[in-house]
Amino acid sequence: MLREGEIRIPSGCAISGIVNKQGVRFSGRDVIKSIALMHDRSNGLGGGFAAYGIYPEYAEHYAFHMYYDDITIKDYTEEFLSSRFNIAESHEIPTKKVASIKNSPIVWRYFVKPKSEFIDEDCGCDEFVMKIVMMINAKFDGAFVASSGKNMGAFKGVGYPEEIGEFFRLDEYKGYIWTSHGRFPTNTPGWWGGAHPFTLLDWSIVHNGEISSYGANKRYLEMFGYQLSLQTDTEAITYAFDLLVRKHGLDIETACSVLAPPFWRNMERMEPAKKEMYTALRAVYGNLLLNGPFSIILGTSKGIVALNDRIKLRPLVAATKGDNLYVSSEESAIREICPSPDNVWTPKGGEPVIGMLEKEETRDAYQYATA
Amino acid sequence: MPISMQLPDYLVDRDPNRCITCKVCVNQCANDVHHWDKDVDSVIAEEEKCVNCHRCVIYCPTHALKIRRNPTEYKENHYWNSSTIRGIDRQAEGGGVLLTGMGTDKPIPIYWDRLFLNASQVTNPSIDPLREPMEIRTYLGSKPDNVIIKDGKLIKELPPQLVLDAPIMFGALSFGAISLSAVKSLAKAATDCGVMWNTGEGGLHRDVYEYGKNCIVQVASGRFGVDAEYLNAGSAIEIKIGQGAKPGIGGHLPGEKVGEEVSKTRMIPVGSDAISPAPHHDIYSIEDLRQLIYALKEATRYTKPVSVKVSAVHNVAAIASGIVRAGADIVAIDGVRGGTGAAPLRTRDSVGIPAELALAAVDSRLRQEGIRNQASLVIAGGIRNSSDIVKAIALGADACYIGTAALITMGCRMCQTCYTGKCNWGICTQDPKLVKRLNPEIGAQRLTNLIHAWSHEIKELLGGMGINALESLRGNRLMLRGVGLSETEYRILGILPAGE
Amino acid sequence: MKRVYAREEVCAGCKLCEVYCATAHSEYPSSILKAFQRQETRPVARILVEVDQPLTFALQCRHCEEADCTQGCITGAMTKDPETGIVTNDESRCVGCWTCVLVCPYGAIKRDESGHKVASKCDLCSNNDTNPICVQKCPNNALIFAEISKGGD
Repeated sequence: MLREGEIRIPSGCAISGIVNKQGVRFSGRDVIKSIALMHDRSNGLGGGFAAYGIYPEYAEHYAFHMYYDDITIKDYTEEFLSSRFNIAESHEIPTKKVASIKNSPIVWRYFVKPKSEFIDEDCGCDEFVMKIVMMINAKFDGAFVASSGKNMGAFKGVGYPEEIGEFFRLDEYKGYIWTSHGRFPTNTPGWWGGAHPFTLLDWSIVHNGEISSYGANKRYLEMFGYQLSLQTDTEAITYAFDLLVRKHGLDIETACSVLAPPFWRNMERMEPAKKEMYTALRAVYGNLLLNGPFSIILGTSKGIVALNDRIKLRPLVAATKGDNLYVSSEESAIREICPSPDNVWTPKGGEPVIGMLEKEETRDAYQYATA
Repeated sequence: MPISMQLPDYLVDRDPNRCITCKVCVNQCANDVHHWDKDVDSVIAEEEKCVNCHRCVIYCPTHALKIRRNPTEYKENHYWNSSTIRGIDRQAEGGGVLLTGMGTDKPIPIYWDRLFLNASQVTNPSIDPLREPMEIRTYLGSKPDNVIIKDGKLIKELPPQLVLDAPIMFGALSFGAISLSAVKSLAKAATDCGVMWNTGEGGLHRDVYEYGKNCIVQVASGRFGVDAEYLNAGSAIEIKIGQGAKPGIGGHLPGEKVGEEVSKTRMIPVGSDAISPAPHHDIYSIEDLRQLIYALKEATRYTKPVSVKVSAVHNVAAIASGIVRAGADIVAIDGVRGGTGAAPLRTRDSVGIPAELALAAVDSRLRQEGIRNQASLVIAGGIRNSSDIVKAIALGADACYIGTAALITMGCRMCQTCYTGKCNWGICTQDPKLVKRLNPEIGAQRLTNLIHAWSHEIKELLGGMGINALESLRGNRLMLRGVGLSETEYRILGILPAGE
Repeated sequence: MKRVYAREEVCAGCKLCEVYCATAHSEYPSSILKAFQRQETRPVARILVEVDQPLTFALQCRHCEEADCTQGCITGAMTKDPETGIVTNDESRCVGCWTCVLVCPYGAIKRDESGHKVASKCDLCSNNDTNPICVQKCPNNALIFAEISKGGD
């Protein structure tokens, strides 16, 4: 049986995400509760979380979450990592025994900074980390970088999302953004690396859908040096954001209009400057258009963006309550943790829901109450 | 005179019970097959002249006519078969190069038919084009690596682009090779459909300048009809290096076809042979091509994309890469099945490679080199229907040229005797009595119908795959699976076998 | 009035208009085969394709405003309908003197070659509500049935 990365596996899914726009950090308890309500949208073959603001003590370090199949590859990878990075701290990620979670890999965490000799004008720290991550994921058999951003981390594995959350003791972490994913793959992903969210630097994506444009997206991204080793849509979407925002300098909203662009006929009605811009974006980045059904939540250290495909073939609901923005596959999953939101709506296809932090600094919620 | 060894290729079956001796067949056959014989009070046929163009069959008001292949058998021989023997007979009697028209009719493997498209089932929904928007608009031209935007405005304009409402263009068919009626049909249909037509190397007749917005003007080795006004009259310029039907050789329009109108349009004297040299004599290498590309861009002030069309030959991937690096905005690849008004038979049937393999190789190569976005890729040479187009786009093409299919739409019956100048359908001829048989209004309407029909079919196929924008199919080889190909062919096509 | 006009630039000279006209005015207007094979005399077309290649065009009665044929007719068989403007020949009154053939400036009136004494001419298929059969059947749209004003002359 081929494992994920060697084969493409269509999936159905549940997604849920929360951001506090004031940067108030709160525990992972809520997001677990929200995604758990949508239990039937997953089938126990994949679940995961991304959390931002969880490592304030190492905020300037890249936090590597590593999955190893065995000690040999761990030793080998660590030797490689220490040749490229100054490692400030490394330890096993604390976990809890959960009956249904089996065959977990060795999960390890490193806080690192690239060694200065590898960094120059052509290759900044982010670029260098990205290259290393891609190299490990493509070439190091039995090692997988689950996340590599600053002050954030991905926790994912094979199981129902609420079980994965319990396994990784996420109620003990505090973050200002939490996103989550429950997966319904149509065959066995076979390993933990294939679960979602997929991350790159501080990008993370949870995604519900099957992108019919995957082959076109993949081959376009490959031209810009991305190696799509997992054969998942999520990976492609993450790289697309990375290319558009980090490398090409587009803002998030514009990047969303590349992934889910306006229809040509709607562009015809735009005022000339706008029309020219959208036409150029679509003509140039047409191969990055995400076609087919999807709803995604993009997490970054600065906030979240939720986006639907252009004709809304997957569910996505949004709600606000005070400084909190909630996005989820189902309204029930929001009301489960926020029974009386200020505002609930169903975003239109192709129209991003953007929840950016309003402050630079973050703080903890001392009395963060849930229903 | 020694007796001819050539047997008539066809027999004319005339049903005496249906023939009303109206003589429509007599007045319509430019090959003088049908004659009225008043001695016997009936129409008789000189069958050796028949080319099976169906003009008489379709015009006969009582369906009294059928054309059959001559049933006379040659001694059975798999190797020395009848077409081989007939070719030798023709040369033994004529002493010339065997000429033919249209694309090759040899049983070259048809990769299109070995490729199968995907459709959505359960895990994602197919999309109904009758209910949902389905977009097949296409931009041809060089695309930068990235778009720079500041304060919601585009900072740097895109290089010039061709906008197509469907990924279909009419391939190069020159005035001279085809009639002005055919040119007008193509020009009008392209304009009505929002696609492009191509002058070939025939220049731009005054009557079709009005269709310049939807025209690609070609610059070929003979430079016929090329001047500044011509270059600026179209929306794009195409440098023709080669064509699929006859890679490596030039063109020859005999003087008898160069009448007043062709003469004016091609800017050559009436009655003179129009000879396109095999190479451009100012392009003996890739750096020369760059000079011509930029000369044309200068001449049109960088407002028009420049295309370079080459035959699909063995080294096509490297050649295409060089063309892109030389500054072309569009690369057109013409496969071995490409059509022609006249080509040496042996060249047509044995030089060049199939478009499918060439396309896959070129697209892969340009992506490997990271320059695929710098030029659009147009594929030509035997595109028969909308699913060929969809498969071509999945393999990596931006758009397709159709030539033969367009000719058939205008009435061509593929009799392959274009080079005789006696096209009974008024398409491939300059004889005024034949030219007027093609009514450009009807020709344009039929072509428009075809483009619309194919557009609908492309949308249906896209919707089935769960795709609602053509750019999501471009180069999306996961949408293809192959059947019955060799490992090498799978590798070159970059697709998986069905079942995997 | 609406008349049939030839577009010589797209006339293929095939003469199918003649075949269909002859059939439509035969004893078997719905069958070409019967018209040409069962009618005792060969059906006659009331339209004629003039051929001087590459020039070809179909010609038929112009239904003139001041029709010489109506004035020349000795029996009053040839008349112009004041309502429709169509010039027709009343076959029961025609005696076959052929004066009309003589005076027609277009040569659009023919003797019925079968020896029948009736003059044969276009009636614009006045029994039909639709376009004349020649217009309907022209394979290259080289005949049109239209009202074209003379204003531009």
